[in-house]
Amino acid sequence: MTEHVQVAETVTPLEDAINRLEARFAGAVRRDDREGYSGVIVDPGKLVEVATFVRDTLGFSYLSSATAVDYLGKSEGDHLEMVYHTYNLQGGPALVLKTQTPRGEATLPSLVGVWPGANFQEREAWDLMGIRFAGHPNLKRILMWEGFHGHPLRKDWREAYYEQDTKPFDSRWPEGHVSRAEEHNPYGKNVTYPAGFTLDDYESQAEKALYEDVPMGVHVTDMATDRVVVSMGPQHPSTHGVFRMVVALDGETIVALEPVMGYLHRNHEKIGERNTFLHNMPFTDRLDYFCSMSNNLGYAVAVEKLLALGKRWDPPTYRAEAIRVLMVELTRILNHLVAIGFLLNDLGAYFTPLMYAIIERELILDFFEAVSGSRMMCNYMRFGGVAYDLPERIQSTAALVNDRVRDFDTMHYLRALINDRLPRAIDQTNDLLTTNEIITNRCIGVGVLTREDAIAYSAAGPVLRASGVPYDVRRAEPYSIYPDLEFDVAVRYHGDIYDRYLIRLDEMRQSIRILKQVLPILEETRGQPFFAGRGGQYNPRIPAGEAYGRAENPKGELGYYVVSDGGQNPWRYHVRSPSFINLTALEQMCKGHKVADVVGILGSIDIVLGEVDR
Amino acid sequence: MTNSNENFLKELHHPDVPVPEGMQSAVAVTSFGKLIDSIYNWGRRNSIWPMAFGLACCAIEMIATASSRFDQARFGMEVLRASPRQADLMIVSGTVTKKMVVPIVRLYNQMAEPKYVLAMGACAIGGGPFKEGYNVVSGIDKYIPVDVYVPGCPPTPQALLHGLIMMQKKIDGQSFGNRNSMPWYGRGPSEEVPVPVLGPDIVDPRQAYLLRREAAAAISAAEAETASGEADSGV
Ligand code: SF4
Repeated sequence: MTEHVQVAETVTPLEDAINRLEARFAGAVRRDDREGYSGVIVDPGKLVEVATFVRDTLGFSYLSSATAVDYLGKSEGDHLEMVYHTYNLQGGPALVLKTQTPRGEATLPSLVGVWPGANFQEREAWDLMGIRFAGHPNLKRILMWEGFHGHPLRKDWREAYYEQDTKPFDSRWPEGHVSRAEEHNPYGKNVTYPAGFTLDDYESQAEKALYEDVPMGVHVTDMATDRVVVSMGPQHPSTHGVFRMVVALDGETIVALEPVMGYLHRNHEKIGERNTFLHNMPFTDRLDYFCSMSNNLGYAVAVEKLLALGKRWDPPTYRAEAIRVLMVELTRILNHLVAIGFLLNDLGAYFTPLMYAIIERELILDFFEAVSGSRMMCNYMRFGGVAYDLPERIQSTAALVNDRVRDFDTMHYLRALINDRLPRAIDQTNDLLTTNEIITNRCIGVGVLTREDAIAYSAAGPVLRASGVPYDVRRAEPYSIYPDLEFDVAVRYHGDIYDRYLIRLDEMRQSIRILKQVLPILEETRGQPFFAGRGGQYNPRIPAGEAYGRAENPKGELGYYVVSDGGQNPWRYHVRSPSFINLTALEQMCKGHKVADVVGILGSIDIVLGEVDR
Repeated sequence: MTNSNENFLKELHHPDVPVPEGMQSAVAVTSFGKLIDSIYNWGRRNSIWPMAFGLACCAIEMIATASSRFDQARFGMEVLRASPRQADLMIVSGTVTKKMVVPIVRLYNQMAEPKYVLAMGACAIGGGPFKEGYNVVSGIDKYIPVDVYVPGCPPTPQALLHGLIMMQKKIDGQSFGNRNSMPWYGRGPSEEVPVPVLGPDIVDPRQAYLLRREAAAAISAAEAETASGEADSGV
């Protein structure tokens, strides 16, 4: 399914790159020969040098993901491992760098100097895994608060409601006893404290740590303007949820900005490692809650990569793949329309443009609801296909006008939507907004992210492509049936808010183009199986190994790094979330602009907090 | 409209006082207290201003409820206010994390009385799918009082509308005659909910005594253990 694309001549193919790495750093770099693993293991002392070589000489200039794995009880050394996935922007598979450190004194060199995009990801690894990064400019907790006890993703760390390491818990299955976890906790809440902790004389560090370097209040500088530190959020109408920024202003100009997140940190990964593989599918719905279908696909791609390592494995059927693409591209249109609506919200057109977007969204959701049973949380894809076939008719009692039950032929509904309704909606958006004076004035030239910065900061999706990098996972490392479909990778070159707005229009048009090709495939394959697994077996045995599956989501590249030890549950389950990593570049985009522009810039990145904080 | 008008009069009307047949749709005889209650509540129930803040996925369905197809404005609730000072209703729409519960309690304290809380979705009610997470609060009612619960993950816009109608019913039931149902007209300021503290884990100041008790128990347990020299720890 995923054959490696032929890469251009200047590019070193993966094998050659690894050979050159080994030759150059003999002794410090060795191949990862564990079964089911790939890439190289680098000596921590040489990590920065190797990374620089990989970036500059080997051409793997894009750091997609950096994350840590705890191999407690899985290796002689019980080490923590940092995993870096680097890509060549011409396309092709990843060069995976790994480096190991003992659990006790976990310290590794920071790669922020090589890839600034590693900044937040290393902070996350420190926060959740407890790896110190020497040379990191700002190594503070990022998702939890300063002062929280322990590093939760370590395998020996237990949450307050801990029952067992992995599901299904003995208490619930097969007997099915249910009890409320609160009742087993002395406080009746989801809390646990270190022994002997009391509130007397306790001083919380959470807020203090935030303002350590940027003292709160007004400071008059030599210039005639005041220096003010403002905390925006987490309850703020323009932060798209519970996002918070600490902004240092000189007059009205931004001199420093620090995103503060974790207000929606729902411990996706810890829960994911207790769950079975299939359990995680509905949880992925709740990452980027506009695009549950796309999240499903990314996870399915990752686990299917793992499955492909084993012997007994049937890849998804063609119909399943076509249905997947249909869902994902509809999601892209839905997301981009809403994203533009929210952007306009931030620019001051309160709610009206969003209303237009939501009308179309409702139509798409009607279809999703008819297919999967739920409007937003579809939980639709499975390893090897999808959960249900398309229904013959779309019937719904939702939103009745005069109590009329809506009833359409599914294909007819889709044809009307794709050939007529959605293209008109896109054109309408274009007509109303693109040349609008307020939009052009507030967007052109604001929040510029240069091509070099976009790559260095690991920006992804529309943000990356609006800065002149035509990188799209659907083409760079194709999955599903994208190789058979005709579409262009949209690209714009100015990297400002306006281009990030335009590129969303471009991408929607490309999605329509894809959808028009998918419709006949659906007609042709009608009646064929939509699931490849044996006997409807949804929960296949996953062979041991690692896989990094990625999908081009509307918000950018969504990656899942999944490590299996051959059991029922993932040993490590990490989500490379585009919203989170795109925020790394936020300060770079905002510096020098006015505070009113920040909300616009934030809107143009298009974040969703479920995915930022996970 | 006339229909609801009639209902309104019918409810207001004192059952013991006869009114001629033809005038029942226009006249109601009632007590002063009931009249004041009904006018006061009628005004309040039809202009509930929710606070504009969304926590997670459920917030998206809340936005969908506010927009054209479901049109929350039919209930006089379309005015979403970003400031807690101007809001009557806090829709807790999504997962409440330990980090977020601090601002939520603060926002709740800042809202002017009379104020209401609607817990939207499984997460706000009891932690939902993420309950076992180390950063998730098992329901907002562990910290602030909740008036209406709307189950679902996410609740459909119809469900939220139903919840909002229940909210209106609750308001209808409040009366000057029963001071307990309108505590904001009591003497003295209303009590604030103590703001949780972000310690090694989230701490509810109301549980400070429990913490002390547990700490003392832990110390005596440790002493007992060293005394007996036996490694025997309960779970
Ligand atoms: S109840 Fe479900 S939809 Fe609502 S916030 Fe929780 S996970 Fe999201």
